[in-house]
Amino acid sequence: MRGVFSYIGRNRSLLVGTLLLTALALFVGIGTLFVDTENARSLSVPVLQAPSWDYPFGTDRTGRDLLAVMIVGTPLTLRIGFIAGILGVGIGAVLAFTAAFYRGMTDTLIRSIADIGLTVPSLLVLILIAVSIRGSLTVNEMALIVASLAWLNPTRTIRSQVLTLRERGYVELAAMSGMGGPEIIFRELMPNLMPYMAATLVSSVSSAILASIGLEVLGLGPMDAPTLGMTLYWVNFYAAMINGWWWWWVPPIVIIVIVFLGLFFVTIGLDEIANPRLRKSA
Amino acid sequence: MSEAVLEVRDLRVSFAHPLGLVRAVDGVSFSLAPGERLGLAGESGCGKSTMALAILRMIRPPGRIDGGSVRLDGVELSVLNEEAMRRLRLAGIALVPQGSMNSLNPVMRIGAQIEDALADHGVSLSRTALAERIADLLETVGLRAGVAASYPHQLSGGMKQRACIAIAICLRPRVIIADEPTSALDVVVQRQVMETLARVQRDLGAAVILVGHDMGLMAQFVDRLGIMYAGRLVEVAPVGQMVTVPRHPYTRALISSLPSLEHRGGLQGIPGLAPLLRDLPSGCAFHPRCSLAGERCRIETPALRPMGGNAVAACHLAEPVA
Amino acid sequence: MQAVYVIKRFGVFLLIVWVAATLNFFLPKLSGQDPVRTKLLQEAAIGGNVQVGMEQMVKEYDKRFGLDRPLLAQYGSYLYDVGHFDLNYSISSYPRTVKELIAEALPWTVGLLATTTLLSFAIGTLLGALLAWPRAPAWMRYLMPPLWALHAIPFFLFGLILVYVFAFKLQLLPMFGGYSPGASPGLTWDFISDVAAHSILPALSIILVSIGGWALAMRGMMVTTMGEDYVVFAEAKGLRAGTVFMRYCVRNAILPQTTALVLALGQILSGAVLVEVIFGFPGIGALLFHAIQENDQFLIQGIVFTVIAALGLATFLLDIAYPLLDPRISYRRT
Ligand SMILES: Nc1ncnc2c1ncn2[C@@H]1O[C@H](COP(=O)(O)OP(=O)(O)OP(=O)(O)O)[C@@H](O)[C@H]1O
Ligand SMILES: [Mg+2]
Repeated sequence: MRGVFSYIGRNRSLLVGTLLLTALALFVGIGTLFVDTENARSLSVPVLQAPSWDYPFGTDRTGRDLLAVMIVGTPLTLRIGFIAGILGVGIGAVLAFTAAFYRGMTDTLIRSIADIGLTVPSLLVLILIAVSIRGSLTVNEMALIVASLAWLNPTRTIRSQVLTLRERGYVELAAMSGMGGPEIIFRELMPNLMPYMAATLVSSVSSAILASIGLEVLGLGPMDAPTLGMTLYWVNFYAAMINGWWWWWVPPIVIIVIVFLGLFFVTIGLDEIANPRLRKSA
Repeated sequence: MSEAVLEVRDLRVSFAHPLGLVRAVDGVSFSLAPGERLGLAGESGCGKSTMALAILRMIRPPGRIDGGSVRLDGVELSVLNEEAMRRLRLAGIALVPQGSMNSLNPVMRIGAQIEDALADHGVSLSRTALAERIADLLETVGLRAGVAASYPHQLSGGMKQRACIAIAICLRPRVIIADEPTSALDVVVQRQVMETLARVQRDLGAAVILVGHDMGLMAQFVDRLGIMYAGRLVEVAPVGQMVTVPRHPYTRALISSLPSLEHRGGLQGIPGLAPLLRDLPSGCAFHPRCSLAGERCRIETPALRPMGGNAVAACHLAEPVA
Repeated sequence: MQAVYVIKRFGVFLLIVWVAATLNFFLPKLSGQDPVRTKLLQEAAIGGNVQVGMEQMVKEYDKRFGLDRPLLAQYGSYLYDVGHFDLNYSISSYPRTVKELIAEALPWTVGLLATTTLLSFAIGTLLGALLAWPRAPAWMRYLMPPLWALHAIPFFLFGLILVYVFAFKLQLLPMFGGYSPGASPGLTWDFISDVAAHSILPALSIILVSIGGWALAMRGMMVTTMGEDYVVFAEAKGLRAGTVFMRYCVRNAILPQTTALVLALGQILSGAVLVEVIFGFPGIGALLFHAIQENDQFLIQGIVFTVIAALGLATFLLDIAYPLLDPRISYRRT
């Protein structure tokens, strides 16, 4: 454990990222204890109050306490990101391993699908899906929609990483000593891939959050959930910026920025572990 | 010694490494007469390439040149400014670096890669004169003039190596340093390339430092051989002398590990492991692997001493032969 | 060799167009209902002057995509329409066609995207290359952390901040739209400078955010390239530092960077859609937002199809230009 901490101390990107995300977790954790989260619903409090002792973050036009909205909404947004990210990397990893091991037609097929899928702007396809099943989406459904495309990038990156490891001869050695396909994956490749997979996971979570916020800002999100993206939708809807209600849009923007910066620095830090060569030039 | 074209004195290079300083070149001295061919051999990692780069002041961080002097025709290089040093590369000393399979820029035609060398050294010629000069150079190394229009991936390994030699001689340098010029080629092509190198070197009157592992191949092309061990020169002697009466125990081990001079011999067969440069044994760095090593070898680092003939060796136990 | 390469790439382009059409056809059917028909009936029920047109459309729609027809036949009809670039009428702006609306909006988006992508790619790549270069000026190192931090946040979020600072607080630049209300579009100096003023903030929010990413990727590629044997040889040739930098290092490091650009086009476009929404910039993104708000299914599908096809085309063009950059490409497996 000491080793982990001292390593994080030296890996500055990982340190900064972890600190940002921890701060956010503390904000949510402590907030849940002291703030009435029921006030994240409409018509709970007086409308359009500037920040004050009673409402430190102010209130919005639909009568929600924005501090409560942030405390409830932040974990919701993160949940969408994590569900979609984990599903994406899971599916991606399975496809990538399948491609890298069977090679030939299987590989060509999987690689082509991923490559063509990546040329297509994901937001547009997600919009098409969301519009088609319009109605009252829940946060979990939202996560599944986003996950439907979240496997493309992991498939591509993990596949190329597995192929690199393959070329380095891990696999041939293991195969010679009589291991089967799945065994090779878990005994020989996984340990080498772990930091890489972790970096891919974090960046997938980040992309998933970006995609979900995009859909929400366009008005295709879960209308009655106070996620960060939906908050921005209402900000835009009620033209809060032009009306000078700055307290309505500053907190969600700050929190979203912290989320993305935190995830970005963690990704960079994990990349540094996965590719030691980058360490010196940082 | 004033007639030496290249004179290296006490050259030292080290690399900063988290676990300690790596002394890759540790007090190397030798000199090179005009037109002479010197071979440099030694185990992988003993500092041959590093020394070649250090002569041209091309060591990059985390490495640095810690000291020593390099003189070309009596001119001290360590005091030259960066621009003067740049002009001297290729024009004065040409280096064909290790890994020549990849030494050519993959996205430029061969002709253009010769052109930019000429241009950056202030050679301005008309288009036709330039094309003619490039064609001449290519023909000198045994390539068709048409190769100028080819990209590196369109050439075979031997052709690429010849192209590198063409670039190296384009400004008629005084010294050519060839770092393992043939290690990636098959035996037949190896020999052809070496013969080409020897021929152009003779025509130019340039001195050559030939770096390589393959003592058998080198012995046929060089006049003198230098043996490096752990960043130091441990023996330098004319080829005939080195092969018949090697003075240093390491040289003896190297020679006896060759199956025969006609075959590619590796350096395998020497007992013990190559030393870690950042954690060298005290005294003579070779002593842990040396069957003759005595008390003194463990304590005192031997210096190069004359061993009779034109040979020098750094071994406490070697006796000069009259 | 070249011909095979071009044909292959064109095949991929056709494949992308087909994927776009297929997604458009099947995704709306996922819900088990027919959202298009539902919407058309709603509109027709509202009545008014478009009622006749709507009813006409419902009839036409039923004839070709009615549930009584086999799915494959419907799919065939759809592919036929799309193949002729017949994207139907816009439901919300009837009797205007989807094709017309897209044709109006597309130049705005293409202009915005082409400028911002090329600028940020060029600036970011150059910065990244210099960062990896030991002789680069030291102040550059201080420029990068803020750019990397920016790179982590979405375009439109940074756009919001820019709007607040430069349009709302300082009132230096217009806040909304592609040109001032009342301006008469035309190739006049006034109109062009008006459009330029309106484009600065949307463009900046894309450029400033993108630069860091390109710089980061390019720096990594440069570090790898600078270790290559041909760079060592270039230096040993006594070439000027500038020659080694541009013709040996950058020239090679830019190859994977260009591949990355092709792959990133989709992402950039997704981000730009939201920027247009935030700024009310009259391009495809804003049109799409309008279509979503109005639940104009034909318009949404038309935009999704057109944009994917356009990106496929851009990818195709970049792909066939790529061998000019890398002479090895037509020989290697593509
Ligand atoms: N960039 C570097 N960073 C750290 N250490 C280095 C670097 N380059 C070389 N070294 C060290 O310097 C030593 C000498 O390396 P060098 O490449 O000169 O050996 P060599 O004799 O040319 O080997 P080979 O026969 O394999 O080419 C090596 O042991 C290596 O550890
Ligand atoms: Mg070497």
